[in-house]
Amino acid sequence: MQIFNIVIAGVGGQGVLMASKVLAESALASGMDVKQNEVHGMAQRGGSVISFVRIGDQVNSPVVMPGSADLLISFEPLEALRYIHYLKPGGRLVYNKVSINPSTVAAGLAVYPDDVEQQIAAVCNNAQGIEALSIARAAGNGKAVNMVMVGTVMKHLPLKEEIITAVVKQISQNKGVEVNMKALAGGAAA
Amino acid sequence: MKKIISGNEAIALGFGDAGGVFASGYPGTPSTETLEEVARLGDVYCEWAANEKVALESVIGGSIAGGRALSTMKHVGVNVAADALLTLTYTGVNAGLILMVADDPGMHSSQNEQDSRNYARFAKVPMLDPADSQEAYDMVRAGFEISEQFDTPLLLRTTTRISHAKGVVVQREKVAPQIGEWVKDVPKYVMLPNFGKLKHVAVEARLLKLQEFAETTPLNRVEMADTELGIITSGVSYQHVREACPNASILKLGLVHPLPERKIREFAGNVKRLMIVEEMDAIFEEQIRAMGIEVEIGKNKLPLCGEINADLIRAALGEAPTAVTAPVEGLPQRPPVFCPSCAHRGLFTILSKLKTFVSGDIGCYTLGALPPMNAMHSVIDMGASISAAHGMAKVNAIAGRDEKPVAVIGDSTFFHSGMTGLMSMAFNGGNALVIIMDNRTTGMTGGQENPGTGRTLQGNPTRQVEMVPLVKALGIDNVFELNAYDLEATEAAIKKGLETPGPYVLIDRNPCVLRYRIKKPAISVDPEKCTGCRACLKVACMALGLTASGEKQKVRVDPNVCNGCGICTQMCKFDAMYELEGEK
Repeated sequence: MQIFNIVIAGVGGQGVLMASKVLAESALASGMDVKQNEVHGMAQRGGSVISFVRIGDQVNSPVVMPGSADLLISFEPLEALRYIHYLKPGGRLVYNKVSINPSTVAAGLAVYPDDVEQQIAAVCNNAQGIEALSIARAAGNGKAVNMVMVGTVMKHLPLKEEIITAVVKQISQNKGVEVNMKALAGGAAA
Repeated sequence: MKKIISGNEAIALGFGDAGGVFASGYPGTPSTETLEEVARLGDVYCEWAANEKVALESVIGGSIAGGRALSTMKHVGVNVAADALLTLTYTGVNAGLILMVADDPGMHSSQNEQDSRNYARFAKVPMLDPADSQEAYDMVRAGFEISEQFDTPLLLRTTTRISHAKGVVVQREKVAPQIGEWVKDVPKYVMLPNFGKLKHVAVEARLLKLQEFAETTPLNRVEMADTELGIITSGVSYQHVREACPNASILKLGLVHPLPERKIREFAGNVKRLMIVEEMDAIFEEQIRAMGIEVEIGKNKLPLCGEINADLIRAALGEAPTAVTAPVEGLPQRPPVFCPSCAHRGLFTILSKLKTFVSGDIGCYTLGALPPMNAMHSVIDMGASISAAHGMAKVNAIAGRDEKPVAVIGDSTFFHSGMTGLMSMAFNGGNALVIIMDNRTTGMTGGQENPGTGRTLQGNPTRQVEMVPLVKALGIDNVFELNAYDLEATEAAIKKGLETPGPYVLIDRNPCVLRYRIKKPAISVDPEKCTGCRACLKVACMALGLTASGEKQKVRVDPNVCNGCGICTQMCKFDAMYELEGEK
């Protein structure tokens, strides 16, 4: 198969890396080659985070080049806009509509644009915004936003949903299984 | 069994499976997880050293005592360990010794972009450069074999995109550790000039033998395809080359020092155009040109700075880039900031207010240099906050400037190499205010243990170094505690420290909220009392923001993010911010 390029973007602390791990492990469990890569170090300190997952018969570079992503998953609207140029023409964007202020905005040094969603729609005609935070809360934990996002994109991946579900089950800690299963289902229904 | 693991995890696993006995390192992105993963293996001894020099020297001892040994560090860490490395190359090893060094092209989290391949040439030691997790895993075993066969330390070099990229790894059969004899051998291990002279000769002879080995080892591999274009490359650049030029012939170097001259000559003779793709310095290119081989495309078309990628390679070949949409411009940046409720925020709120010169260091607190704090004015390397402040104070005195510099340093960095600077300052009658943010962890790299945390890398309780007695023992009389959560007291303490002549040390002992998972109820804002003056926003906290645009914007607190430290409430002159009940 052709390489399927996924970019996952968000804010440090939102669980971008865990979502990446789920997709990468699911690809491995499906017998595919996969590379996953993110740059971290200061990721927990509220900075912008970007992670790449590449799935195919043989994957060389761990890096997704701008203009070549089949799917961009963004945990925050401004981050969707920041990395939207990674999408190839016709690529799909799924984003969480709940915004998080960058420190520059919190400090009054910059303004969070109030037309982020319109700007997204202007450059991508294949975008879906979801209320991931309320879906995660309904599933039992606001921190399960990452699993909601995985749930929503499942049907767009070259991976079987039951494999993804099994991987999530396997890596969730005891009490988290139920919440994560609900979050996946809630995301899928969004 | 197949696993998907990062290059760092692969090296740890490879160490365990290759009969590794002893590992020591110092945290530093992107190398840190390697040693943490060795600890997770459970059955291999490993430890965090106080700094990279100590780590490498300990590992040298481990090798002399007969155990296969690994030291891990980031590229700049090798500068600290270089004194040991440059003589270790003379003594050679007993059991295999690998120094894993993680470079950071693109400077994702480093203060410089040095290319560690220079150290292989400098120290005249072999270096392996894996191109993915599988190679990282396999090269640990191969590395020990080379180290033992040629009686040499070996550098295993990664870059951020190898250390942090996950790929599929097939695990090989585990070799049980075999610990060799602990032998006294004066001419081998005592580098007095008389013995050293002989050893230098041996090092040069060893390099020639390694060069022969490089010609035949499968670590260097030719992939012949279309002979129109031939590319010599290594590491992650190889992956980008495969992506950008699927039809080109490739000489992929796994052993990147010393170079296989005959193999390179033969490859160059078999292709029409020769290209060299290497990140950062022109190390292959300079050596290959010196062999008299014509290189058509190299650093004349590829950057010396930053990472290489498939698009840059295509562009160097004159291919049109893929049509891409330009990034959206003018978006607010999202730089990393102090965590909500971090004590550093209190300190830098005051330093920013006092506008004094702050000599900084390597750690989370380096973020104090960014707006809106703008309260750090020099950052060089680990420990330099104190020694540079000392030099500033001396020149200020000579210039007749009545200004005392402030040095800010964390606990791990202080133990690493701040202590020596402070002792030197006391010895030489210095005049700086040194603030030690002793949050009992190595924060920036993710919360590793250090000599002050009371726990070892493998989780065993150990003695804690007490900061106050240590600082006093170094020769400092004025040592006081600081609580950076109390802005008024912090300002008074800093002012007193600046007014008092001579070395003066303030120690904040508030623990890292991230590492120790400290949770407090969120602050609330009374919208009736908030005037929208934005004084609280000066603390640069992610939890704070303004209400939706309207007549009069007021401050709101995101209860999901706020951790109730109360620093912002002290900025409010209108009593509009309050702590919820049941708090501190």
